[in-house]
Amino acid sequence: MSLPNPAELISQMAIRLDAHLAKRGISEPRYIGIRTGGVWVAQALLDEMGSDSPLGTLDVSFYRDDFSQSGLHPQVRPSALPFEIEGQHLVLIDDVLMSGRTIRAALNELFDYGRPASVTLVCLLDLDAGELPIRPNVVGATLSLAAHERVKLSGPELKLELQDLAL
Amino acid sequence: MTPLETKRPLQLNDQGQLRHFLSLDGLRRELLTEILDTADSFLEVGARAVKKVPLLRGKTVCNVFFENSTRTRTTFELAAQRLSADVITLNVSTSSASKGETLLDTLRNLEAMAADMFVVRHGDSGAAHFIAEHVCPQVAIINGGDGRHAHPTQGMLDMLTIRRHKGGFENLSVAIVGDILHSRVARSNMLALKTLGCPDIRVIAPKTLLPIGIEQYGVKVYTDMAEGLKDVDVVIMLRLQRERMAGGLLPSEGEFYRLFGLTTARLAGAKPDCIVMHPGPINRGVEIESAVADGPHSVILNQVTYGIAIRMAVLSMAMSGQTAQRQFEQGQFEQENAQ
Repeated sequence: MSLPNPAELISQMAIRLDAHLAKRGISEPRYIGIRTGGVWVAQALLDEMGSDSPLGTLDVSFYRDDFSQSGLHPQVRPSALPFEIEGQHLVLIDDVLMSGRTIRAALNELFDYGRPASVTLVCLLDLDAGELPIRPNVVGATLSLAAHERVKLSGPELKLELQDLAL
Repeated sequence: MTPLETKRPLQLNDQGQLRHFLSLDGLRRELLTEILDTADSFLEVGARAVKKVPLLRGKTVCNVFFENSTRTRTTFELAAQRLSADVITLNVSTSSASKGETLLDTLRNLEAMAADMFVVRHGDSGAAHFIAEHVCPQVAIINGGDGRHAHPTQGMLDMLTIRRHKGGFENLSVAIVGDILHSRVARSNMLALKTLGCPDIRVIAPKTLLPIGIEQYGVKVYTDMAEGLKDVDVVIMLRLQRERMAGGLLPSEGEFYRLFGLTTARLAGAKPDCIVMHPGPINRGVEIESAVADGPHSVILNQVTYGIAIRMAVLSMAMSGQTAQRQFEQGQFEQENAQ
């Protein structure tokens, strides 16, 4: 299976995100990337849109629902949101949407900072494997992978790579 | 007992992660750094409007204090609450122990209440270790201070204080001053500084308040304040532990203050940007002058804030390590049964 080119996806996403925000009448959204891949995607997206908005970063390790199965992530970093959340329109950005559990954790964390006016979800890839009723508002591409396949993003220069767990 | 268990240190699981936190002795630098990094992230949580994360939701943390404490007990309570755990605190000195119940029986009762974690403070050295060995294995034991032996969370919060104010440990001179003999804080600090690569660790104390064999910690010993404080970056003052002092070690408190009290004049010999730390409670005019305790070099109250973050880190890491260990053992059990 051939993977899409992230740079092309980013330019399409920028157009779609602009259209989405215009339709909703949102003029000054706050951008937040989910560590680590989401921050790379968010930065690339901001660069593409020519925006110098500050980028918030979220580490959802303390909010994950799999603590009792996988424990604490050893490289947790502080979240850094250099703006108010209360009453703001947020654009939440992640690299790969799979189960939707990361997004749930991110939403829970965001609401501990305040009550946003809205949250728009942007993902580079949607693997169409949702375990929760969470769908992106803007997506680069939707892929269907076999059960033994995973896609991995590296950065900050965005590169996608297909991994085969069966090998 | 499997061969693994005989080899592995009691406080680590088979993957080398923390499952109890009893002492800093034998812990690798990477693990101490991981505790500090995790605590840094928890510090950010403490600065939010909602100072709570759902990590330990549904877990029960039981503080069992056989010895008095204000700071350690309340910061452990706050730490557990900020992790969304349920917390009970038992001052055993005022409960069953006074009715003749043994330590083990008290703990077995608490264990039967399905506690996931005990934070233990005890006047006897080795108490936490004893409990970790003898209660059921899935309860994580955190040492909140045992006798003269160790106070590992205090040691780590002191390291977090130094790292946040000095950036690291590689080029630092650190002086630990006062009642080294009775101080579990001093022991934990000497071990942690050594492991984290501090090149110049000094202890300053009268000979009667120095333990025998202090040199094995890799420290330089001074009995003169001016000499020992010269050009240090960090001064860690210790409380004069009057309740542990069985007479004869000091002529008087006044004499101690005259020779070893930290005054503005004495501090002038240290580096101009040095920091002054103290585990609390401070005895003003016994080991430290008020002007120093409240002065610009003092980070004594910052230490309390950092203490909550360190305790959150240790509680969540030990719980995480316990969980991993249980899964590992379950996996082994299933493998053996499949064969």
